[in-house]
Amino acid sequence: MTSAHVTDLVKDYTIRNGLKRTRLRAVDHVSLELTPGRTVALVGESGSGKSTIAKILTRMERPTSGTVEVRREDGTAVGGPAYRREVQMVFQDPFASLNPFHSIEHHIARPLRIHRRTSTKDETRGRVLEMLERVNLTPAASIAPRRPHELSGGQRQRVAIARALAPGAKVLIADEPVSMLDVSIRLGVLNLLGRLQREDDLAVLYITHDLATARHFSDEVTVLYRGRVVERGPADAVILDPHHDYTKLLAAAAPDPERLGRVTASEPLDRDAIDNSACYDHFAGEWREAGVPAAA
Amino acid sequence: MTNIEPATATPADAAETGPDAAPVRSGWRSLLPTMTPWLAVGLVLVGGITLFGLLGPLFTGDPRQIRDIGLTGPSAEFWLGTTQTGQDVLAQLAHATRGSLQIGLLVGVLATILSAFFGIYGAYRGRFLDDAFSLFTNVFLVIPGLPLVIVISGFVPRESRGLWTIAVVLAVTGWAASARVLHAQTLSVRQRDYVAASQVSGERPWRVIVVEILPNLLPVIASQFVFAVIAAILGEAGLSYIGLGASNSATLGTMLFYAQNGFALSLGAWWWFVPPGLTIALFGMGLSLVNFSIDEVINPKLKNLRQHRRRARRAARLERELARGASRRTTAAKESDR
Repeated sequence: MTSAHVTDLVKDYTIRNGLKRTRLRAVDHVSLELTPGRTVALVGESGSGKSTIAKILTRMERPTSGTVEVRREDGTAVGGPAYRREVQMVFQDPFASLNPFHSIEHHIARPLRIHRRTSTKDETRGRVLEMLERVNLTPAASIAPRRPHELSGGQRQRVAIARALAPGAKVLIADEPVSMLDVSIRLGVLNLLGRLQREDDLAVLYITHDLATARHFSDEVTVLYRGRVVERGPADAVILDPHHDYTKLLAAAAPDPERLGRVTASEPLDRDAIDNSACYDHFAGEWREAGVPAAA
Repeated sequence: MTNIEPATATPADAAETGPDAAPVRSGWRSLLPTMTPWLAVGLVLVGGITLFGLLGPLFTGDPRQIRDIGLTGPSAEFWLGTTQTGQDVLAQLAHATRGSLQIGLLVGVLATILSAFFGIYGAYRGRFLDDAFSLFTNVFLVIPGLPLVIVISGFVPRESRGLWTIAVVLAVTGWAASARVLHAQTLSVRQRDYVAASQVSGERPWRVIVVEILPNLLPVIASQFVFAVIAAILGEAGLSYIGLGASNSATLGTMLFYAQNGFALSLGAWWWFVPPGLTIALFGMGLSLVNFSIDEVINPKLKNLRQHRRRARRAARLERELARGASRRTTAAKESDR
């Protein structure tokens, strides 16, 4: 099975303001391990670098420094066209991630054809229907010729998941896959992802800003703040026993039905007062310096 | 999304199954504009003139044949009269329409290819190539079109000034504006997630452009094409009118040029210059009407506006009828009272 190792990832963006050039460090020495069958949640606010990490993992952006290694069970590195087959992504907005011009069938058939998973037209068609059934889109034969605008948000996101899995992906990056969906169908999509993960032994990176779904869906949580990892550990430990100020803020911000009345999120913290120079590692049970190369 | 416990996890699949019998529509279908009276008028005008240009020359005689009945008005034999040298105006009009359509089509295709290449490819690749292509497009955008066309046409010797030369000259001076439009549209389309998704799934760049991006630009391209055809026909007419047109082909512009040289206006020979002028105007009008309908495909807000107007008109009519009915009823009631 395939695992992904992200080591000391750094991404700088150059911001041109007239003649002045400033550098923005979007991701600062982030390390992650994605192992088969496990889900790592990457939690953080907008602009914390979550999506940049997803883009680097899917090779839409090049990292400034650091490495992304995807290795098969036998230790061989995955590169070239095979990388696109093994590492796939589910996008945030199901209304934007499917081409309004093409049928559902096209979206799933293309990855199959590109990666030569199927050779004949009939075989492709059969596999497309199979994929649609796997993501609970039935009757598949009536869904396949439709176009995206004829489906609901949840159905579209299922199509997007089928597309990501079509080439035979082993590492799945889910960039806020349920944040654009109705609350009532989020759980259905998440449970579907969970089932597919068990069936295919997928390594999943679940990017979100929602601690509740992160706890429900993932084994491990990594909290990102302004490009740096500020807390990491098992999902329950991070969410129930947050150490870092920012994680505490996140945990307090989630409304709790047990506590009646208004959410008593402690007084809005001064954002600039939160420092991201230290990271609490629940696995090691100690504070570490953040934004520095991992001691290897 | 608060504190979801696994115990409450019930598949919410049932909540999102759409209607099974949804009509299946292909992607191409949605690109066709809705049929409106305006579109119908436009299509009839364009179709009629195109048919006339295609078939007319087969039925009319030789447009160059000189007779000794100069400058006669429309008659049973010559429906649109004759020119100063006794040539049949109808035959000339048919051949000239064909010539103008040829130029228009040729320039439309050339300009569309040029603008698609510089607009779409540049915007897709981004970075340096985009800057270079944009600069190039901007340079062509600010070049004053007609004067340059006049200079180039004047520079090329008359013998070698064929249909293709004029078409290339017109296309080269006319593609820049639509390249800017396509550039802007491509920038917006390539930011969409489905483009990123197809890149992530390993599509080759040319396929991403042709299969994922291009179909979403088709209405824009079609509208730019129609616009280019109008501009080309008008431009060519202008060039020919000042005597710089293609030497080996007859177009509506050359007809106007000869009419003006033959003092048609001062001699009152309206049948000589009105038909070509009218043909150009009607063809341009027809293409514009078609273009407005394509605009509705690009910008659905325009369509909503039209439907709102129609609904408002229908409501007003209904109200009037109701009011009339009510007043009739009251008068009838008064009659019966009496």
